Amino acid sequence: MTLKASERRRARSATGRAVAINGATLVAHAMRQIHPDVVACYPITPQTIITETFSEFVANGLVQTEFVAVESEHAAMSVCIGSAAAGARTQTATSGPGLALMWELLWVASGSRLPIVMHLCTRALSAPLNILCDHSDVMGARDTGWPILFSEDGQEAYDNAIQAVRVAEHPDVLLPVISTQDGFTITHGIERAEILDDASVRSFVGEYSPHRPLLDVEHPTTYGAWDYHDFYFEHKRQQADAMEKALGVIEAVGQEFGKLSGRSYGLVQPYRLDDAEFAVVVLGSAAGTLRSVVDDLRSRGVKAGMLRVRVLRPFPTKAVAEALAGVKVAAVLDRALAFGAPGGPLFEDVCVALTTNGVGPRLVNYVYGLGGRDTLPAQFLQAFEDIRRIAKGASAQPVVRYLGLRES
Amino acid sequence: MVKTLREMTEQAEGLSSGHSLCAGCAESIIVRQVLHAVGQPVVVACATGCLEIATSRFPTTAWNVPWIHSAFENAASTISGVEAAYRALVRKGRMPEKNIKFVAFGGDGATYDIGLQWLSGALERGHRFIYICLNNEGYMNTGIQRSGATIQGTWTTTTPAGKVVPGKPEWRKDLTAIIAAHHIPYVAQAAAHAWKDLETKVEKAAAVDGPAFINVLSPCTRGWRYDPSKTMEISKLAVETRLWPLFEVENGVWRLTYKSTAPKPVTDWLKSQDRFGHLLRPENEHVVESIQRNVDREWAWLQRQCSLATVTA
Ligand SMILES: Cc1ncc(C[n+]2csc(CCOP(=O)(O)OP(=O)(O)O)c2C)c(N)n1
Ligand code: SF4
Repeated sequence: MTLKASERRRARSATGRAVAINGATLVAHAMRQIHPDVVACYPITPQTIITETFSEFVANGLVQTEFVAVESEHAAMSVCIGSAAAGARTQTATSGPGLALMWELLWVASGSRLPIVMHLCTRALSAPLNILCDHSDVMGARDTGWPILFSEDGQEAYDNAIQAVRVAEHPDVLLPVISTQDGFTITHGIERAEILDDASVRSFVGEYSPHRPLLDVEHPTTYGAWDYHDFYFEHKRQQADAMEKALGVIEAVGQEFGKLSGRSYGLVQPYRLDDAEFAVVVLGSAAGTLRSVVDDLRSRGVKAGMLRVRVLRPFPTKAVAEALAGVKVAAVLDRALAFGAPGGPLFEDVCVALTTNGVGPRLVNYVYGLGGRDTLPAQFLQAFEDIRRIAKGASAQPVVRYLGLRES
Repeated sequence: MVKTLREMTEQAEGLSSGHSLCAGCAESIIVRQVLHAVGQPVVVACATGCLEIATSRFPTTAWNVPWIHSAFENAASTISGVEAAYRALVRKGRMPEKNIKFVAFGGDGATYDIGLQWLSGALERGHRFIYICLNNEGYMNTGIQRSGATIQGTWTTTTPAGKVVPGKPEWRKDLTAIIAAHHIPYVAQAAAHAWKDLETKVEKAAAVDGPAFINVLSPCTRGWRYDPSKTMEISKLAVETRLWPLFEVENGVWRLTYKSTAPKPVTDWLKSQDRFGHLLRPENEHVVESIQRNVDREWAWLQRQCSLATVTA
């Protein structure tokens, strides 16, 4: 099945209860409705709202989840690993340095094929200390074997949180999943959103039936054995296969979620791309601003479009290549630096997607919004101006450029 | 009630033979004693280290009980997660109450050093589990490096006995006392040769409703440099020289569980292992004296703890 686009904006139906709420609280509500067996969290800005709100649900008896208030994020992930291996539906939430502290165990979780769900509120990494949004944290986790979903707004953060459970636990996948929302922009921004009714969410995620749980004491299982060169390679290949399968599962779950909510999801979300000559490629909340910039340009006769990538891992290579096949020049927007690399993380993925499919536009890379720097429509317009000039013959050097940066 | 030897030998082994721990290693002896005393059903978590490496090489496993290894430092939080899952599933009616026991094993490196924070956090949260420190006084799996449990003067590969530095410069930290300061229901120190003492302690630990910790001295033939046939003898010497007193802290009450009528000088212990060979040279006499002073000081402190306890009890 090749599903190109999410049509959710056009098909938004009022199946749920409309509320004005911030993204982090929305995700806490999703967790309440999913009703995980175990949640282990450690507070860190901007994720703290999730930990606090969920603790309140526990304190007020709204969920019977075992909430483990650990002493660090490393312990949070360790508890999650023990709990998921034991056979419990398990979740956590974190941001920036918290994710970095978990790094060793992100590999343990995916290598042990434990379907943990993590709600990541994206945040910059030190030094200098910065609590605001960029994608440096998630890019550090991008190759750890976790499927990664990006949300554009609170509604999608809520929707993705619910879908993530199904993706993680799918028997063909059995991998831990990260569902992101941009720090502050989404976590703290109050928006209109719809909360589905509890029963629908519960039946959508279904009863959890764990694979070879530790607590099945009659059938003892060994978790976390070690491999020499004789098996390690094959085990890693199995993980790679599971990732490959996750792509189809994410699409199928996104479609099924559409039937429930009126909002279906695909791997990428093209916007006015059908006849576009110029496009930007983006992850996360900047897509909202970009949509208005594209509309503005279209009203002035410029054939502009946007491709929002919803699934960073596994990277939807085919969908990206198909979506950008007809474009002349595209700008890939990265909200993270990869020091010393040929370009930003998303830029590199898009380059590979296009080259290996033998299609596509000329590409340039824009780094934007680091450490919470606002990116205004005028700056995105500037990017479009640049790529239009490149189409007319201007140099595409330097490939890596910066938006909204004071250069002197 | 402590099981008799016969009852123990008739029990199924949680850790089977066929693992690859060194001949003469005390770790497997202790683990089997602990699992006998705990009984089944049990779930075990292991830190990275000799025990884990020697028992879980894929596609084999020496474990006849559910077992998990996650990383070096986090056995305590991994078992916390298992225990939390159990609580949640029972509460939600998704599995019956089965009185499952939860045990974590970690070496002294995993416990005194890198994993101390995880252990402290899990103890403070009050998960129901027994943490067993397999204390061989060094990082043996990575090739005999010093740990926070290594005593002064010891030769290790990171504290080699050289021309100017005679082995590890520092004494050791008193981890058992640090754990006791968490005021958990049961804390003890035990040793491999004193099997009945160890089993009694494990049974007490298994009976409490909360965390329990037992620090077990675990002689290591490779790192301590002695003949594999001498494991039990050397374990006993550690206790007789008061280098490793056997005691317990039950609900805050400190109590010696063994008191020798004729304690031996630490030199007897030092002489039994080649890792201390350099200390027996005349120029290192001051190190031996310092070790004896530290042992005496700790013993006196322990005596005070025990007598204070009897006063308040
Ligand atoms: C984060 C991390 N740092 C270092 C190591 C390397 N390492 C593995 S086992 C070990 C030492 C184990 O010593 P100990 O806990 O005393 O157990 P023993 O092998 O002596 O029984 C070390 C340093 C590791 N696995 N992970
Ligand atoms: S090195 Fe020491 S602790 Fe490790 S298996 Fe051998 S004897 Fe046991």
